[in-house]
Amino acid sequence: MSGLWRNPTARLWVGVAIAAVVLFVVAPGTLSVFRLNLLAKFLCLAMVAVGIGLAWGRGGMLTLGQGVFFGLGGYMMAMHLKLADAGPGGVPDFMSLYGDGTVPGWWEPFRSPVFTIVAIVVLPTLIAALLGLAVFTRRVRGAYFAILSQALAAAFAILLIGQQKVTGGTNGLNGFQGFFGFALSDPANKQMLYFIAAGTLLVMVLLVRLLYRSRYGELLVAVRDQENRVRFLGYNPALVKAAAFAVAACFASIGGALFVPIVGIISPADVGVVPSIVFLVGVAIGGRATLLGPVLGAIAVSWAESSLSESFPSFWTYFQGGLFIVVVAFLPGGLASLGQVWRKRRAVEAPPDDEADDPAAVVAEPEPSTSGRSA
Amino acid sequence: MNAEKTPGSPAAILGEGQLDPDALETVLAAPESRFRHDYLEIRDLRVSFDGFVAVDGVDLTVTQGDLRFLIGPNGAGKTTIVDAITGLAAATGSVRFGGVDLLGKPSHRIARAGVGRTFQTASVFDELTVLQNLDIAAGAGRGMRTLLRRRSGVPDDVAAAMETVGLTHLAATPAGILAHGQKQWLEIGMLLVQDAHLLLLDEPVAGMSQAEREETGQLLQRIGEQRTVVVVEHDMEFLRSFASSVTVLHQGRVLSEGTVAEVQADPRVVEVYLGSGSARAGSSGSSKEA
Repeated sequence: MSGLWRNPTARLWVGVAIAAVVLFVVAPGTLSVFRLNLLAKFLCLAMVAVGIGLAWGRGGMLTLGQGVFFGLGGYMMAMHLKLADAGPGGVPDFMSLYGDGTVPGWWEPFRSPVFTIVAIVVLPTLIAALLGLAVFTRRVRGAYFAILSQALAAAFAILLIGQQKVTGGTNGLNGFQGFFGFALSDPANKQMLYFIAAGTLLVMVLLVRLLYRSRYGELLVAVRDQENRVRFLGYNPALVKAAAFAVAACFASIGGALFVPIVGIISPADVGVVPSIVFLVGVAIGGRATLLGPVLGAIAVSWAESSLSESFPSFWTYFQGGLFIVVVAFLPGGLASLGQVWRKRRAVEAPPDDEADDPAAVVAEPEPSTSGRSA
Repeated sequence: MNAEKTPGSPAAILGEGQLDPDALETVLAAPESRFRHDYLEIRDLRVSFDGFVAVDGVDLTVTQGDLRFLIGPNGAGKTTIVDAITGLAAATGSVRFGGVDLLGKPSHRIARAGVGRTFQTASVFDELTVLQNLDIAAGAGRGMRTLLRRRSGVPDDVAAAMETVGLTHLAATPAGILAHGQKQWLEIGMLLVQDAHLLLLDEPVAGMSQAEREETGQLLQRIGEQRTVVVVEHDMEFLRSFASSVTVLHQGRVLSEGTVAEVQADPRVVEVYLGSGSARAGSSGSSKEA
């Protein structure tokens, strides 16, 4: 068993198999329609977390504004759903209510499902890449980058609230009837949405694993820890960081897009400063530099939030804050590093044969330096 | 320097004779004609920070095959010159290497032009292994497709560099737990695989044992035969053993330049290093204290 555990490829397929069974068999078989839909929502939030794990855990970029990209994806999807509900040439209900009853020109392309899907994937990625290049070339980093990204999230939310005629304002966009031709009221379609979310998340985790183990993944860690050294080796660190930031934005956007039909609403409250920070909390608690830490952390925190706030509505915020403080203070590598600490102890007894092959084991050590550098 | 060594690290295993200069030929192989007989040419270099002039009109020419040492008291501007060459500190004047004007270029472009440097405090990627460190150093020219794939095996130049700096047996060891001297060697190895033709080394033997210094010096001499090497160093014993030429800096200016013997005989150098009360000027015993 320990031999199997050591072999990265075997471990990967065992992991994928377990995840697939849990996500595609156990969860749909045991959870009610309501709970399954809730889990689907958490999976969407976990997609954002996977991206934050890449950008923050491996790249050292404290992204406090992922709500922007989550919101971009979410609003683009919501626009398409509203237009589709209104029918060809129709006007979304809220527009006739608040505005002059005409669809603005920049909404029109989102009538096309293909355009919408392409835009959800490409647009936030492009924005993040350009923004990242501009910011990282000027060597904005650490707390300054965090503040900048957070300000973006605040500005984005304010913009959405201000443009009520075209964005629905504080209410956001809601009341969707269908999803690419499927009625959202049908439980079978809700289950389909869950499967789409689960499959997407699984693919994202596998993609990030590929990145972590690639030369790029090693380079990203190098940039995080010694940006100047990488520069003097002939690389442009801004490019390396912008790439990770763009991937994180893409994941957040897709998460936001799937969030919309699953939850049924997207509003400025889902994209502003507070949700942007909450995205981060799950990642920090789970373990930001590991592969699964951010995913499991995000799901666990969301799950705890919904179940605890059902019984103690006012208690959850304190609990979340307390947990965050405890983890950051005593376990900077997150809960995932508990296992690392234990494995490291075992590794001292039996010298590792191929630890270098496992970036998670090498990189995910709970170094206090990592938190100091990025936080 | 024992404090530098992490307890339980394989550092203790490392004895003498670990460096393998013979493997150097493989790393330095394939001399490109454009780099042949290249030299570093600095003219009227000036660097100032908020009004404080750190480097004040320095001229410096270092040719290939020279192992040039930069020495001088603290604040003489040695490291600042290296910073200016590599684009870390803004400077005026002219710095040319291999026909390329370096001033004003971003650091990573200067590195691509064949200039490599090390830092006073060994800066390696602590969480990555020796192999990963060297592989990254070798890879600045890699395309997207290579970057997005896993490393398969050990590239030849990386293997040779690892052999040269005697770290092959530690290939899978995280660089963070290497002994201080080994980190310095890893940095030299990174310069080799980076294919730097101008090597700027900031105190490369700081914290090394006598035997390690000896080996490092011999390695630098071998490299210096084919590359342009500039060493910033405080250790006078090391300088006397290995420098082929010396530039003495004082308060941002070149005070003296020449062979070790010439520089040691220069009364101005004696003045700066030993103060006015130097009855034993030029004796090796006194200048060691510098």
